[in-house]
Amino acid sequence: MPAVSKGDGMRGLAVFISDIRNCKSKEAEIKRINKELANIRSKFKGDKALDGYSKKKYVCKLLFIFLLGHDIDFGHMEAVNLLSSNRYTEKQIGYLFISVLVNSNSELIRLINNGIKNDLASRNPTFMNLALHCIANVGSREMAEAFTADIPKILVAGDTMDSVKQSAALCLLRLNRTSPDLVPMGEWTSRVVHLLNDQHLGVVTAATSLITTLAQKNPEEFKMSVSLAVSRLSRIVTSASTDLQDYTYYFVPAPWLSVKLLRLLQCYPPPEEGAVRGRLTECLETILNKAQEPPKSKKVQHSNAKNAVLFEAISLIIHHDSEPNLLVRACNQLGQFLQHRETNLRYLALESMCTLASSEFSHEAVKTHIETVINALKTERDVSVRQRAVDLLYAMCDRSNAQQIVAEMLNYLETADYSIREEIVLKVAILAEKYAVDYTWYVDTILNLIRIAGDYVSEEVWYRVIQIVINRDDVQGYSAKTVFEALQAPACHENLVKVGGYILGEFGNLIAGDPRSSPLIQFNLLHSKFHLCSVPTRALLLSTYIKFVNLFPEIKATIQDVLRSDSQLRNADVELQQRAVEYLRLSCIASTDILATVLEEMPPFPERESSILTKLKKKKGPGKVPDMEETKKERNSDMNGSTEPVSVNSSAVTMSTPSTSTDLLGLGLAPVLNSVAPASAGGSLLVDVFSDNSPAVASLAPTAEENFSSPRIGSADVVSDDPAAAVHDADELVNKFVCKNNGVLFENQLMQIGLKSEFRQNLGRMYIFYGNKTSTQFLSFSTAVICQDALKTHILLHLFCITKQVDPAVDGGAQVQQILNIECVSDFMEAPILNIQFRYGGALQNMSVKLPVTLNKFFQPTEMTSQDFFQRWKQLSIPQQEVQKIFKAKHPMDTEVTKAKIIGFGVALLDMVDPNPSNFTGAGVIHTKNIQVGCLLRLEPNTQAQMYRLTLRTSRETVSQRLCELLSEQF
Amino acid sequence: MIKSILIFNNHGKPRLIRFYQFFPEDMQQQIIRETFHLVSKRDDSVCNFLEGGSLIGGSDYKLIYRHYATLYFVFCVDSCESELGILDLIQVFVETLDKCFENVCELDLIFHVDKVHYILQQVVMGGMVLETNMNEIVAQVENQNRLEKSEGGLSAAPARAVSAVKNMNLPEIPRNINIGDINIKVPNLSPFV
Repeated sequence: MPAVSKGDGMRGLAVFISDIRNCKSKEAEIKRINKELANIRSKFKGDKALDGYSKKKYVCKLLFIFLLGHDIDFGHMEAVNLLSSNRYTEKQIGYLFISVLVNSNSELIRLINNGIKNDLASRNPTFMNLALHCIANVGSREMAEAFTADIPKILVAGDTMDSVKQSAALCLLRLNRTSPDLVPMGEWTSRVVHLLNDQHLGVVTAATSLITTLAQKNPEEFKMSVSLAVSRLSRIVTSASTDLQDYTYYFVPAPWLSVKLLRLLQCYPPPEEGAVRGRLTECLETILNKAQEPPKSKKVQHSNAKNAVLFEAISLIIHHDSEPNLLVRACNQLGQFLQHRETNLRYLALESMCTLASSEFSHEAVKTHIETVINALKTERDVSVRQRAVDLLYAMCDRSNAQQIVAEMLNYLETADYSIREEIVLKVAILAEKYAVDYTWYVDTILNLIRIAGDYVSEEVWYRVIQIVINRDDVQGYSAKTVFEALQAPACHENLVKVGGYILGEFGNLIAGDPRSSPLIQFNLLHSKFHLCSVPTRALLLSTYIKFVNLFPEIKATIQDVLRSDSQLRNADVELQQRAVEYLRLSCIASTDILATVLEEMPPFPERESSILTKLKKKKGPGKVPDMEETKKERNSDMNGSTEPVSVNSSAVTMSTPSTSTDLLGLGLAPVLNSVAPASAGGSLLVDVFSDNSPAVASLAPTAEENFSSPRIGSADVVSDDPAAAVHDADELVNKFVCKNNGVLFENQLMQIGLKSEFRQNLGRMYIFYGNKTSTQFLSFSTAVICQDALKTHILLHLFCITKQVDPAVDGGAQVQQILNIECVSDFMEAPILNIQFRYGGALQNMSVKLPVTLNKFFQPTEMTSQDFFQRWKQLSIPQQEVQKIFKAKHPMDTEVTKAKIIGFGVALLDMVDPNPSNFTGAGVIHTKNIQVGCLLRLEPNTQAQMYRLTLRTSRETVSQRLCELLSEQF
Repeated sequence: MIKSILIFNNHGKPRLIRFYQFFPEDMQQQIIRETFHLVSKRDDSVCNFLEGGSLIGGSDYKLIYRHYATLYFVFCVDSCESELGILDLIQVFVETLDKCFENVCELDLIFHVDKVHYILQQVVMGGMVLETNMNEIVAQVENQNRLEKSEGGLSAAPARAVSAVKNMNLPEIPRNINIGDINIKVPNLSPFV
């Protein structure tokens, strides 16, 4: 019987695969797979013990099903049994299954570890290799804990087989990557370094990888690897192509090892010791020379391998950046590759040249290739190559060739791939600004950008052009004239309308003398675009109009007519309506003097790094820039205000009582005007917390609201790797705020942090007050909000700050304020962490506090009748939807206090719902951007036992659990 | 470091997937789809490198791939790897497969998933290059075959299964496609599931 089943067994696999293949539809395939899964499951669960062979067969089938994209949630146990078997074939399949279908079930890991331990101790090299492979492929922390002590011993033991040494080296490397804290450094390090001298090139390759990673972290400890690596490299480079036998690949001696050694050397500066240095230079020269020799083979593999070494050598030369001679030779070599017929080489040459361009020795040499690169941009068929060409042009740009490069990039932009347009736009904008000698050229370039690729021009770009125009009076008249002309195109991009509206509002008077651009013509031109624009742009145009009232009193009546029209005064959009009403009142009531003061020309912006640059850097990550909330002035109705992303508030001006208006306007000067400049401030102060790095850090250096300086106080760099390290009594603080929104969050001898927060639906706003309790100034004051990985996708934090503080110093006794905008995207568990840093008396203070942003903050209370309540309660009857907790009262059981807490929690307190009057029932809806989760709760106090029973039912398991955790801590 | 190795056919059907960094299963499938989408629309004359898709980490990672007859071999690597080195590594891997299976074809990958994984394990371990010497790799595989034979000739069964399918389902005579140096025999099958 077994003999037959063995023979047929693998046919069973083949038949299954053929069956799948013959399925005519996806449904049929899924059906067949489910049938097979059910079969396997029953076989595994069956009473009859399976022999190893059948297990192997079924595990193979599971692997195949997994490959087709189906979840496999069983079979791990059988795999563990297989890997513990003494038969090689079974063991091997067991390990394979575990490595491919990693499962973090700890019980399972314990069993696997057991098997691994036995195999490592078996002294059977095949088994040892399988075990090491499994550790390296899974690389979990549990495994690291179990084996970090053993593996170095295996690696450096004298009697270990070469193939096992190789595996052990890479295994150690993997564990060092996943759990660096667990891998002990120590006496074995020097013996590892000496593996570079090993006879077996496979061992040397693996050891080099290991040493490179370790050396990046502990350069000092592995310093002696430099001389060993150089001598090894030298031996390889100078060897005849037959010396290394099997490690010669298409006539190139040990190319992978050479590449690895060259990488290792890039961890260090040029060797100090003269002899080593000389030998290395010799090696590099030899490699460069070899590139000029005729190829030993026509095969592409030969040139690939040779060039792999060459490119790595060039990287090392660029990294050392110390031998002008080598740098220039490298540059020439890359120049040759730029015109090579192999696309791969052109791609790599462009890429390497990018780094070469930043070296002062070779920058000029790189520049000589400009024509070739421009040509590549025009003629390459491959978008990845074109992208590299754009990168290189950007890198080689300087004052001497900026005009040419920018012109070429603009040219290319007209036909560029959509995927890289935004990046090109940013690059052009940066280069144009950086190398502008003549700012009229800059203005022309940006307007061209908007014309060619308006959709790809991000907010930052047009904010920046406005900042520059405002700051340079030599270009204002020209700008006004140019935008005026550009606006005359029958169809112009909305971004152009924005720039045009802003600039004419500020400097329209400079061209009003020309009858072709008289005030009325300017106004009519702008207003002709008005109806085609989106709300934010219209809001901006309304501000332009009120500025026109000041600039051109002669068209005041026309503008008032427009403002007065129903389409403005009764606009459905609350922001537009408000502006229209307020501006109209302002124009009617205020005297010319007041108007002139209120609507004065914008003051120059403080100089600072371009926000576009920040944006470009960010673009390199996958982070999306969320719709940004604009800098809003505070006002009473903030939360009732708009929720649309761009709402430019002008409402600090309350016109109800004319007598106070002068005063108000005096103070409100900035708000009104700034509202026009929505804000460059917004653009840069809001920080994208979706950046790729975790933990995400959004920095919020205190800066003035009028001041556009960017939040670069370096907090992102300083925040420790482990953000939770010094979190103050984390949960306790959060619990304190579960049922209330205001209060003192944190206090020590130095400072007090107070909070005021408001939440509405899925949005929230938190005012954070930092009080300096000392009499000494805090310097370099910066704060950052850190979201843990998992949290990042669930809540968005838009941060910005308002404070009168321009520099990051907080005076003794002073208080600064920040605002944090919060958007809940989906339900979440963890709270974000606020990190604060400052210098006090020379010492750097660093503290972290959990911010009380909890899921229940996004509750909207729901009133319902008893009947409704019970009907819904019954609908939520799946076991996972209900969470119940019985707990002891921590506070006196006062009915009124309990009621207040439930209301504070966010739900509506429903009277007369529960038949038992001493019970509490509540209902509410959690609002997140993605979903809304209805929630019913019931709290039953038992005063005799001093206990509560809390029951929650929501449509989402996670929500039920989280809310239960939060609320049960409150009583 | 190599972050993942994906082999799929011209229709995007995965034939081997290996991740050296943890991704949940559904994410793995999404990455395969995204990668296939990125790679398959490129014609064969363009370069073999491109920036990684957004799921796998965007421009910090490169996709380095080769297209052999019906199969794409895609390695997703970080900036610590040499592009040309990886390209040659793919070649070594495929040449080894070719030696071990004698004219490897897509079917071999399907019916011998375990063996292909084993060969790959000899080349790449935990995301790092383990061995580049083809003879050494082949020796390891032969060693494995010997072990299997000594345990009861099980390995013969899959071979029989393959030859059965190969002979059974071939509507036309296999044709040879010459790619680079290796001849990969590609049975002219209708698209395989």
